[in-house]
This record gives sequence, C-alpha cells and structure tokens, in this order.
Amino acid sequence: MTTKDKKLTKFYLSFFSAAVLLAGIVSFYASSHPDGLEKVAEQKGFLETAKDSAVSGSPLSDYGVSGIDSERLSVGLAGVIGVVATAVVAFGLFMLIRRKR
Amino acid sequence: MHIPDGFIDLPTSAAAGLLAVSGTAFALKKAKNELDDRTAPMAGLTAVFIFAVQMLNFPVAAGTSGHLLGGALATVLVGPYAASLALTVVLGIQALLFADGGLSALGLNIFNMSIVGVATSYLVFNIARKFLPKVRGSIPLAAGIAAFISVPVAATGFAIQYAIGGIGTAPASTVFAAMFSTHVLIGIGEAVITVLTVSAIMATRSDLVYGWRASQVKLEVRNT
Repeated sequence: MTTKDKKLTKFYLSFFSAAVLLAGIVSFYASSHPDGLEKVAEQKGFLETAKDSAVSGSPLSDYGVSGIDSERLSVGLAGVIGVVATAVVAFGLFMLIRRKR
Repeated sequence: MHIPDGFIDLPTSAAAGLLAVSGTAFALKKAKNELDDRTAPMAGLTAVFIFAVQMLNFPVAAGTSGHLLGGALATVLVGPYAASLALTVVLGIQALLFADGGLSALGLNIFNMSIVGVATSYLVFNIARKFLPKVRGSIPLAAGIAAFISVPVAATGFAIQYAIGGIGTAPASTVFAAMFSTHVLIGIGEAVITVLTVSAIMATRSDLVYGWRASQVKLEVRNT
C-alpha cells in the first residue's frame, strides 16, 4: 500500500467512525418529539390513518433492540446495526456498479 | 419525513412506486460515470453517514423535531445519481429493518427524498455556484443553500401525494401550508448540518468532493 492509499484509507475510516459515533452514542440524545410530517398529520387530524408497517414486529423496529432494557444501549446498538447494514448494502452496490479500471 | 403506510391510498403509492423504480433504474445507469475506485467507497460512506445523522432528530418549533434528509449533502459529495442511490439504500434499510416509513409507502418516500430532494439539491447547488465566487469556500455555502431549499420542496412532494391520494379529510391546501412552513424550519437545520459536514470534508479531502471537482474540470475534455 502506498502512502497515498494509506491516507485515503485513513480518511474513509474516520468518516465511518464518525457515523458509528453518531448512530451509536449521540443518537440517544436526539429529540423524541414527533417529526415535521407526524406533527402536521396530528394537527390536521390524519395521524390515525397511519397503519403499522408489516415489519413493525421487527426486533429493531423504532430504532431499539427488543429485549434490551437500557434505552441508551438499545438505541445505540440499533444505530450501530443500522450503520453496518447500510455499509454492507451501499458498499456492495457502489463497488459493483463503479467503472472498473 | 418518512411516510407510514395508510396516509396515502394504494393506487397513488403504487404509481409512486413505479416512478421510484424508473428513477432508480435511471440513476443506476448514470451513476457509473460518477463512481470509480476512489469515489465508490465515498458513496458508500455517504449512505452510512446519512443513515447515522437521520437518527439525530433536532428540535424545531413547539414540540416538533426534524432530521437531516441528506439530499444536498449526498449530491455535493458524490454527484446526483450516486446520491439518489445512497438515499434509496438508506430508505430501504430504514423501512425493512427499523419499520421507519411504511413498506407500501417506500415508493412515495423514495420519490420525495431520493428523487425530488436530490434533483432540487442538484439544481439549486449548480445555480448557487454560478452566482458565488469560484473559490473553495463557496462549495459549503452553495451546498447549504441547496439543503435549505430542498427540504420544503421534498415536503411539497408529500403535499402533492396527499392531494392525489390522501386518506385524511383535511383539505390538501392546509396540509401543504403546514408541511411547507414546518419544513422551512427543518431546512435551516438541514443547511447547518450540510454546511458543517461539507466544510469538514473540503478541509481534509476536497479531491473527494464531487461538487468541487465538477467546478474544476469544466474546461477539460472528458472521455466517457
């Protein structure tokens, strides 16, 4: 690996670590108020037309890991799992469709 | 801004699904030109970063929160087509693993965020860049302007979907007004996060920033 490659890898790793930190730790401090759409739906009286997603029983639904009582741990772990899942799918996709040298 | 199942009727959701599939197929074809050995990992990381930051709801007005959509951020970092795909991956993961956004509503969400949000961002970013000085510092600023405008425009996407196939009984015009004004506020947060992130990456690896590269290679002859 050349020095240039090493530098690039280092940058990629810091970018990835930032995402892990945000999803794994900072996410606990996120606002739990309804988001813009949910608030508008509530105000305009159509919030109750929402149906549960077919995967609402997923062990990760609503960014928590079912069975973990600590809110901090539950949301943090869900975040890290999401980061890893996104990484696997996105890297797979983009490496597959890139222009090959 | 993830639409759950039930807000919008099935025919409208299916039509949006069709638009989402066509848009994604188009992006898949075009993204090839934006992705090489250096930028493909960058696109993957952009998706990962946006997933993470979308978890960070920030408070806006009275009892309401918002979170990054990421259309402008992704567009400036990796180009519009890879950006659209990155957001679609995030939306897919959120809907399938986290029950965030409905499954039948996935097409509606892809349409608003991966297509409308990204297309608006790309357009506004390019216009802003034309009017700003041709210096590095203009890139985060143009990205911020694109971010700010893209959020209420994406929210308008929902308002249109509601007008066509909303299950609720509130008039579409009042839903539009409420969505637009709330998302102007959320757009401010979107702009702040986008400016900070793009500035940080411009300071360390500006060679990886699509929006900055694109403004430099303008006079170069490109072989495709």
